[in-house]
Amino acid sequence: MNKTTATGFLDTILKERLPADQYTWLLERLALLNNEDSLRNIHITYGLIPRRLGRQDLAATSEESATADSLVKGWKLSDWSIDMTARVMLLCTIAQQTNRDFAKLFKSMCQTADLGETISLYRGIALYPQSEELDKQIGEGLRTNMRAVFEAIAHNNPYPATHFSELRWNHMVLKALFVDSTLYPIQGLEERCNPELARILCDYAHERWSANRAVTPELWRCVGPFASDNMIDDLQRALESDVSVEQQGALLALSGCPDPRAEKLLENYPEQTRKVANGELSWDSVARQINQLA
Amino acid sequence: MMFIDPHAHMISRVTDDYEAMAKAGVVAVIEPAFWLGQPRTHVATYIDYLSSIIGFERFRAGQFGIRHYCTIGLNSKEANNEELAEAVMEILPQFALKEGVVAIGEIGYDEQTELEDKYFRAQLELAKELDLPVMIHTPHRDKKRGTSRSMDVCIEHGMDPSKIIVDHNNEETVREVLDRGFWAAFSIYPSTKMGNSRMVDILAEYGAERIMVDSACDWGISEPLGVAKTAALALERGIPEENVRLVCYQNALDAYGQSGQMKEEDWLNPPPVDQRGLYEGNSVLRGGREPLIEDDTDKRTLNNLIIE
Repeated sequence: MNKTTATGFLDTILKERLPADQYTWLLERLALLNNEDSLRNIHITYGLIPRRLGRQDLAATSEESATADSLVKGWKLSDWSIDMTARVMLLCTIAQQTNRDFAKLFKSMCQTADLGETISLYRGIALYPQSEELDKQIGEGLRTNMRAVFEAIAHNNPYPATHFSELRWNHMVLKALFVDSTLYPIQGLEERCNPELARILCDYAHERWSANRAVTPELWRCVGPFASDNMIDDLQRALESDVSVEQQGALLALSGCPDPRAEKLLENYPEQTRKVANGELSWDSVARQINQLA
Repeated sequence: MMFIDPHAHMISRVTDDYEAMAKAGVVAVIEPAFWLGQPRTHVATYIDYLSSIIGFERFRAGQFGIRHYCTIGLNSKEANNEELAEAVMEILPQFALKEGVVAIGEIGYDEQTELEDKYFRAQLELAKELDLPVMIHTPHRDKKRGTSRSMDVCIEHGMDPSKIIVDHNNEETVREVLDRGFWAAFSIYPSTKMGNSRMVDILAEYGAERIMVDSACDWGISEPLGVAKTAALALERGIPEENVRLVCYQNALDAYGQSGQMKEEDWLNPPPVDQRGLYEGNSVLRGGREPLIEDDTDKRTLNNLIIE
């Protein structure tokens, strides 16, 4: 990926949407980055952006979404806003300045950011130059108590799948469940499934069942490929749930499970198995139902 | 009736207080940056404190259906630690433009020292540069003179009185503050500042123009229902309902709304973009989720109306 191109792309998106005077204001503020008092200007510009440019939804076109994905695989603009776009563009521009320690600035901005600022800082992480210090700060961000901040990293963001260690990845998926968030917007969810995560999630399901709490059907998506023995029992329990969407999750997981017992279980559900085969029942359709329930 | 508490240090309060306030009709609070009961010794502590009031505390209030705003500033007590004060002044521009920051404050005088004066003036200049209102803390001791002096200095710096809220008034200070065109706020704080029975007398005498009521609740023995109780007592004693609405709601909105950071629609009709910030709306018009309040017999009720 060419990160200069990503900055240019954000610039184009904004130019097409902003009235001329607002766009000019943004360019003028960006020009201040080379001034003597640039740090103060960065903080003030970052703070002023939503006041000057508004906070409307970006409402990216399908062409723009495709361009984003071609620049950075998995980069989604679905929940971006105008101010977020301008803030990330500012950060990308700063990151290209060779005389500045970007990761250090990023960390300091995270430490003093408000909610909207924090979300924008983390939304752009796949577009900044990677470094160990940036990675550490992202780990700090994941420890948040605020769900919106967690989701800025975990959802519709290509960074975790390409950069997280297995430990951090597994922790993120589990935390998504703990904070009542969803798994389907996590990019690379299936590619990064692993046996340890499957075990953790089954343990979690048992905790929920013991407490008489519902288990989200999305969880089985990461279990199916590795399920055998007791995990198949767990899937069977979900399969026999009287909540339709829970049963659907188990059906999908069993369909993707190589264990012979899975196939045997599915024999009792020929109609649903056919729906899985023809795509009528999919993780996307499960996600849509979860979204409606939320 | 909806209320705004324009001076409440919620960082020092527990969730029971948020629940009781929401139940009593408080839709928004303003949390002024203040002294924590003991002095901070490092600027880093200050940074984390300011981050909390623009960040987690705002989020926490939202979980109870209350909108949270704050003011940013170096308080007068800590202005006397010059090394700390210099460092804090440097970081204030980084915080003053955060979402929901409605003023520079609370600033002013404590002992009326030279250092207090220096940093009060510097912060007035910052407020001017960033076009923000100012919340003034008037001193506990030598209050009358301190209040006059605070206003003199504002005028000297070319500030517009209509953007300045002078807080912690009493019977002795209110006349001058109103006559000079400033906003006069009253903290209904047990024992030390103002009781609500006295407050009702002031409302009867001065009317409602440019007057507002707050609780200033903090880590001391204080009353998070100060605004709601004062409103109830005022109505009971025959203050016109419109005047009660002005001093317990509208005037705070008009004064601090000048920042552009506080709008009625924030709580009446949260914009859809709010979904990104996950505000648990106590929306009147949209019927958002009501704050969960379990216990009707909670000790914090309106039954015990008088605050002495």
